[in-house]
Amino acid sequence: MNLIIPSFHLSSIGPWLTLTVTAILILVLDALSPKGRKICFSWVALAGLAVAALQTIGLWGSSGTDFARMVYLDNFAFFFYFIFILGAALTVLISRQYLEDYGKNMGEYYALILFATVGMMLMAAGAHLIMIFLGLEIMSIAVYVLAGLFREDLRSNEAALKYLILGSFSSAFLLFGMAMLYGASGGTLFLDDLPLRLGADPAMAYLVLLGIGLLIVGFGFKVAAAPFHMWTPDVYEGAPTSVTAFMAVAVKAAAFAAFARVFFLAFPAVKVDWTTVLWVLAVATMTIGNVAALSQTNIKRMLAYSSIAHAGYLLMAMVAANQLGAISLLYYLLAYTLMNLGAFGVVILVGRKKDRYINIYDYSGLGAQHPVLAASMALFMFALAGIPPTAGFVGKFYIFSAAIQAGYIWLAIIGVMNSLVSVFYYLRITVLMYMKPAEADLGPVVFSPAQTAVVALTAAGVLAIGIFPGCLYNLAMNAVKIFPGL
Amino acid sequence: MQLPILSILIFLPIVGIGILLILDRKRHKGLKIATLIISLLEFLVSLPLWFDFNSQTAAMQFVERREWLPTYGISYYLGIDGFSLLLIMLTTFLTPLCVLATWDDIQVRVKEFMVCLLALMAGMIGVFVSLDLFLFYVFWEVMLIPMYLLIGVWGNPARRVYAAIKFFLFTMFGSLLMLVAILVLYFHYGKTTGTYTFDLLKLYQVSIPFNMQFWMFLAFGLAFAIKVPMFPFHTWLPDAHTEAPTVGSVILAAVLLKMGTYGFLRFNMPLFAEAAHYFVPLFSILALIGIVYGALVSMVQKDLKRLIAFSSVSHLGFVMLGLFTFTMPGVQGGIIQMINHGLSTGALFLIVGVIYERRHTRLISEFGGLATPMPVYAIIFMIVTLSSIGLPGLNGFVGEFLILLGTFQVNKLYAVIAATGVIFAACYMLWMFQRVIFGKVTNEKNKDLKDLSWREIAIFAPLILFIIWIGVYPSTFLDKTKASTENFVAMMEKAKSTQVSQSHVFKGEAQ
Repeated sequence: MNLIIPSFHLSSIGPWLTLTVTAILILVLDALSPKGRKICFSWVALAGLAVAALQTIGLWGSSGTDFARMVYLDNFAFFFYFIFILGAALTVLISRQYLEDYGKNMGEYYALILFATVGMMLMAAGAHLIMIFLGLEIMSIAVYVLAGLFREDLRSNEAALKYLILGSFSSAFLLFGMAMLYGASGGTLFLDDLPLRLGADPAMAYLVLLGIGLLIVGFGFKVAAAPFHMWTPDVYEGAPTSVTAFMAVAVKAAAFAAFARVFFLAFPAVKVDWTTVLWVLAVATMTIGNVAALSQTNIKRMLAYSSIAHAGYLLMAMVAANQLGAISLLYYLLAYTLMNLGAFGVVILVGRKKDRYINIYDYSGLGAQHPVLAASMALFMFALAGIPPTAGFVGKFYIFSAAIQAGYIWLAIIGVMNSLVSVFYYLRITVLMYMKPAEADLGPVVFSPAQTAVVALTAAGVLAIGIFPGCLYNLAMNAVKIFPGL
Repeated sequence: MQLPILSILIFLPIVGIGILLILDRKRHKGLKIATLIISLLEFLVSLPLWFDFNSQTAAMQFVERREWLPTYGISYYLGIDGFSLLLIMLTTFLTPLCVLATWDDIQVRVKEFMVCLLALMAGMIGVFVSLDLFLFYVFWEVMLIPMYLLIGVWGNPARRVYAAIKFFLFTMFGSLLMLVAILVLYFHYGKTTGTYTFDLLKLYQVSIPFNMQFWMFLAFGLAFAIKVPMFPFHTWLPDAHTEAPTVGSVILAAVLLKMGTYGFLRFNMPLFAEAAHYFVPLFSILALIGIVYGALVSMVQKDLKRLIAFSSVSHLGFVMLGLFTFTMPGVQGGIIQMINHGLSTGALFLIVGVIYERRHTRLISEFGGLATPMPVYAIIFMIVTLSSIGLPGLNGFVGEFLILLGTFQVNKLYAVIAATGVIFAACYMLWMFQRVIFGKVTNEKNKDLKDLSWREIAIFAPLILFIIWIGVYPSTFLDKTKASTENFVAMMEKAKSTQVSQSHVFKGEAQ
């Protein structure tokens, strides 16, 4: 028997390889370094991410598939690579000081972040459902461990365990859904082949819908869509803040990348069915997220519910299922990465050492004590609320446009009313910062250079792509050309 | 090559913010002087608009256009006509006076205050000059933030947060629905013509089916009606006015409320002209309710600022009534009344600010007989009061007279009801004036109140000048708006004839 190895180019998966090698290198360095000596793993990780970013730039514009049609080479994937790399890099930057305060500046942490990033890339570029599943698991397992990084801390343990159990459960749903599709399509899981094969046998129509339904459950869990969002607040609250930030932006972006790719590419024929389901999910997700966020007093928990609400807005873009919807999804995820990581950066800084101050009332009087920090936080809050001239506004504007273009005017109205609800709790932070005196002297904020840089960069980014959205819009438009069905 | 005056007007305050940021935050005087210079420069820059403005044409002037997001049909598109000209001049004219009024009033976080004031200025100008719906929406929303901070940070400690959030949420509620309507309009235009654009002048051209106009008029109308504010959406106004610092109230009354009426004039009515005709009865009646209700509620107020706030509801009711007549005198009166209200009510808030600074109370019962210790103050107060109630020879009369004239042509009953508002206004304003200024000094604390300083006189002098100017020779101002108004009235007239045929179709569909 002849085993034929199909030809492939390693350069097509250059970023994956770089990050994997960097992660292994970090582990080796960690193992070899004498006890007590500090090595700046964060710099190594950043270097790896920078190389990966350069490789992605090199790949930009290429098309087709590689590795026996298992991997897509297209701008859609590359756009998401940038989002993941950006998310990972900013996370690494905010982590170091934070972890050192806990005495946890370990190599594993950075290695796991990089492994998770590789998993995300697999999800964004996977051309075969099993590839996407592999990516999802690589990412998820790394993040399960990260959530439980503080193993002496009960809440961190709870977060990890909850995430692991519910996450595995949802992975099972996803896998089961793939199995249904495998049966229905007569034995293929290639995204390219699925649309034709799924329509071939009308008797299988129910199996297709069942499969799609199960996929929605699986992806819905990862993007924290209601009613699969129950884990989110507890996990986000219990996990280390830097990990929470990473989960809120990068994991969500990866799940949406796969979600959008699979649904836009493989199931255009049954669009009516899944957009109806997603319509309901979008409305439920936004509303539950926003309403629950109103009563939170822990800032991490508030941001957790707000991230649920944002998943709802992003689902609106999926419901629209048109080209503009896909563009808005990409734009919004990038904008969300910037504004949410910026907000978490401030949360870490204001938390001072070891997350001591994560109640929203700890922000009282911050405007007088640290005007620039407070102004940045206010900017992120206004951006998350979708008020111009920030990236958050442009993102929402695109999403609502997409929904209206597709004729979902009521969905858009529900969406804007949800924004109004969200304004209330985002404003509350600014009220506390500027309009209330400090309740107690919490001591000055210690600005570590890397964390300060994250806040400054994200703030600048939020404004820059909010005022000049054109360039990014064109990139995103270029990236979504791969969906002929839209 | 013409100087891009409108862009300069928008960006000068932003540059000013940059300058303020590098100044020392402890030097309060320096910060105030810097802001004063910037706002005076802004006023100087706006002067050429007034003098070079061609009153003969209704076309947009000083037009600037740059592509901003071409794939989306969004451009940075500015231009003014007679309507916006007057409001811009009002804005640039009032801002330096506002800065002067902060001299003793604002003592904490001066730097942030001045930054907010300049940001507000840029936003206000932006709203009045935008000819691109997206750009307009951006400015419209951006302005919320500095105003929210002005109320919330420097307001009355007791209820400022409540007032600030109420202001923000009310305005946001309306504008978000407007955003949906803007997008619906955008896609409707795109589907009809094949090109997608937010260009307002192009959007004017597209014909919109009546039932679509119906909803979009309501969505836009809600946003603007909240801002005006029209009864029953006015409840945020008394709170915001009462809790805001003096300058916040002045800008809120003088300029921000005008954005609502301007929005009707610029967007709502021309875009959805047929629906506008359809809604005349509803909006006229709401305006009338506002006039009478505002006046009646003013009568029983104990707090000076609250009284003036409710009188704003009444005055803005007049403006709306005038605009919804779609007649020459009515619309021109409405516009001139916007300016009048800006001057008179702005001045009234400044007047209250003067005694609030001295006594830290605004309760009418705390005062009485102020004419004795503060004679100059009493004279200025009197002129402004009389201008606000529409005494002939002062500005208020011109606006109210034209509005009543226009209304009378359309509906005599409306005019009669509105005229009662004038009488009520005389009641509450004069009664208030009498209780504050005349009589004996009953409260010991008022005995030694200092009269106006030169700085304060310098604030009021220009206001009084224009109050008399408009009252005596309104043509200076009416001429500027004449061509635009004629164009507007003709446009609405044309829509009326089509509306008759269209509404038949609409009813036919419904059956």
